[in-house]
Amino acid sequence: MATINIAQPKPMVMADLKGKVDPDWCPGCGDFGVLAAVQKALVELQIPNHQVATVSGIGCSSNFPGFINTYGMHTLHGRSLPVASGLKLANHELTVLVTGGDGDGFGIGCGHFVHAMRRNINLTYMVLDNQIYGLTTGQTSPTSRIGMKTKSNPYGNCDTPVNPLTLALSSGATFVGRGFSGDQKHLTELIKQAIQHNGFSFLDIFSPCVTYNKDNTFQWFRPRVKKLEDNAEYDSTNWIVAMEKATVWGDEIPIGKFYETNDIPTLEETEPVLEAGPMISRDLYIPADVAKKFVEELM
Amino acid sequence: MSHTFALGIGGAAGQGVATPGDIFALILSRRGLHVNAYNAYQSIIRGGHTFLTIRTGVDKVENLGDGIDLLLPLNQDTMDRHLRLLKAGGACIYNADTIKPGAAADGVQLCALPVSTLADISRNKVAQNTLALGAALSMMGVGFQSLESVLKAQFGKKGEAVVNENAGIARAGYEYATANFKPFAKPLPMTEKRYAVLSGNAALAMGGAAAGVKFYAAYPMSPSTGVLHWMAAHGRKAGIMVRQVEDEIGVVNYTIGAAHAGVRSMCATSGGGFALMSEGLGLSAMAEIPIVVIDCQRAGPSTGVPTKTEQGDLWQMLGAAFGDYPRVIAAPLDIGDCFTLMPEIFNVTDKFQCPGIVLCDLLLSEGRLSVDPELLNFNPPIDRGEMITSNGDAHDEYLRYKITESGVSPRAIPGIPGFTHTVSSDEHDENGVLISDEYTNAGKRRAMMEKRMRKVQGIEAMVPPPVLEGPPDADVTLIGWGSTDGTIREARALLAEQGITANQLQVRWLVPLHGDEIVRILGKAKHTIIVENNFSGQFARYLRSETSFVPNGNIRKYDGEPFMPHHIAEAVREQLAGETTLSVPTHEVMV
Repeated sequence: MATINIAQPKPMVMADLKGKVDPDWCPGCGDFGVLAAVQKALVELQIPNHQVATVSGIGCSSNFPGFINTYGMHTLHGRSLPVASGLKLANHELTVLVTGGDGDGFGIGCGHFVHAMRRNINLTYMVLDNQIYGLTTGQTSPTSRIGMKTKSNPYGNCDTPVNPLTLALSSGATFVGRGFSGDQKHLTELIKQAIQHNGFSFLDIFSPCVTYNKDNTFQWFRPRVKKLEDNAEYDSTNWIVAMEKATVWGDEIPIGKFYETNDIPTLEETEPVLEAGPMISRDLYIPADVAKKFVEELM
Repeated sequence: MSHTFALGIGGAAGQGVATPGDIFALILSRRGLHVNAYNAYQSIIRGGHTFLTIRTGVDKVENLGDGIDLLLPLNQDTMDRHLRLLKAGGACIYNADTIKPGAAADGVQLCALPVSTLADISRNKVAQNTLALGAALSMMGVGFQSLESVLKAQFGKKGEAVVNENAGIARAGYEYATANFKPFAKPLPMTEKRYAVLSGNAALAMGGAAAGVKFYAAYPMSPSTGVLHWMAAHGRKAGIMVRQVEDEIGVVNYTIGAAHAGVRSMCATSGGGFALMSEGLGLSAMAEIPIVVIDCQRAGPSTGVPTKTEQGDLWQMLGAAFGDYPRVIAAPLDIGDCFTLMPEIFNVTDKFQCPGIVLCDLLLSEGRLSVDPELLNFNPPIDRGEMITSNGDAHDEYLRYKITESGVSPRAIPGIPGFTHTVSSDEHDENGVLISDEYTNAGKRRAMMEKRMRKVQGIEAMVPPPVLEGPPDADVTLIGWGSTDGTIREARALLAEQGITANQLQVRWLVPLHGDEIVRILGKAKHTIIVENNFSGQFARYLRSETSFVPNGNIRKYDGEPFMPHHIAEAVREQLAGETTLSVPTHEVMV
């Protein structure tokens, strides 16, 4: 079974990436900006949309695959990374993007998040982080700040928020970055780099919820976010520096590429079974001489 | 059942029960004999009590039988527990230095091996096992050369010195027995046949490989781990991607992801791991991505008895994941069937783009059976169903979930130009667009539900109904499912010797059940009894819920051990005598 990949005759434009329906996110939702940045990144990189798979979990931001014209998968809450990993390992010629929210990725899916990064599969995981559960109408999320009042914690959240960046760095992600939906140009560049990175890239993207999160709004983020790229001395190849920078939070919140290493091979590169090409291109039957040996072992 | 010979080897875990077990199995199969073996053990790495039964004969040995002819106790505990099982004509070979024989039945030969005088036990810790092995083969009438060649195969990697040392010890045992013990009345026969001996787990893995599986994910869980072990050891040669991942939720979702990419993809677990996979089954059904999940049942609930068998997961399979969706569930009838079932179920799940469940159990998964190597066919028919794997000619807008008469919509795999679409866990329209949010539409929801459920008719037509085996006018009809097949068959033979005729309806495909055909068959039966390895009669309740059929009686066992033929035969007799309608046989062998 061979996939026939024929290059599209015309260069891909934004319209080619428009989904079958328009997003049903609330007007002003941060997710619109992320969607546009992803589409723009794919156009600029000219990765044909049929070679892209967009996999999501469940939540507002997980409706993402339906709004972009690629091979989309809308899966279970918290399970986007295992599905995407299986998909990528079975056809590693695809560019696989994974989207979801902070509840999906750092709450119910946190176990998969940590283990996916350990494996360094060439995936681009973008968490549209709004520090709240939106689709379930406003409950505390793993990134909600201490003291934040929500429907599930009317007297204020008392759980320490997850720091997605330090978690990613300590779990072995080979590309770690943070973006802001309110800065399109910067976000597009960051997504392009993440897609081009050969290995697991993780992007925590501030994508404010305009309906349920009155704390972490566009207005709140805008004066705080500071681009790492503006500091010429910042060394994104230094893991210790990245860890330190990832803990900075307050009046200044750094965004940009925190860390990238190309020293660690991907799972696809180290897995001998893939030396013969993608799994989907294999013969269904295993060679007769190999099968014969399997039986002889038992005799 | 023609003449069989059974031997039991028992000891503490770590005492080396497995090695002589493997050696016996190999010698017997190379002698052209059939083998059936089962290791009763506990969840312990060192200590406890493990008891391996190996039964052999010229014809297929479908179960472990009712007793043993030769006992090899490696410790006092085994002697104390099992000696009483030997009947006249049987023998027990034991280490006279460390083990005291108990009271044996008349006609049982107690064969004391002077281990420390026959071998240097300070050099070789398992000398008693090797001596006993040699002695046993002498008494069984097996030439020493067979043992020598197997020892070479077994220890060859450790060098010639180790082979020679073990062969020397085995020969001492062999010669001592020839000089001092009475051989068994019937020497082991020999045939020109050659069999492959394998576990159910190896058979499931190999069956998957034969079916064209290219992706296997797992999280270790007894008794399914053997499938992972086979896959991990052979994946590179077979061209199968094998991954151990963080948990069973990850496992099922990796499996679904790979299946969506277009390869045949499967995973295996036991009841607890399956519980974690349930939501994934629903995703497979809703997104219409075919996967096969193997459930190797162990005694539950919860973590239960990890090393003991049961048929207690049926209702979990029937109810796995919420909502209605088409699914396929099949229970292999024996270890050979673990292999042959895999390509069959994949052809059904691929054709109907739905999840398939193989409901195996510890008895088969960890048991060993000899099969004709021809049965291990790595070239079975493979039908991947309606898949779009190239972009071909121009086409209308591609509808992943196109409403069709069969309920099956052609499936385009990612990577093909012109067929981009989204598959979805939420309810969706024909084009994959979610209808769960602002587009909710009762008409579309109904149409999609009916589309998916229409596949059920197609699946029913593709899967055969069970067939009645044995005399049609039998006194009693025994109904079983899955792994009880061979034991029920031998129970019928025992009953026939006692003048009671029995036939058997063994169910392999649980979903679809073919209830009408089952009721038609059972309608003609004189007396019906359902036999199953669980407490509540899960199959009996399922059959009743599907067909309203209620049998005359039930035989159930839920002590963790499999049925033995006499359990069933005795229960049938008491039920035919009107003493009870529910028999729960006692497992007499304390393991």
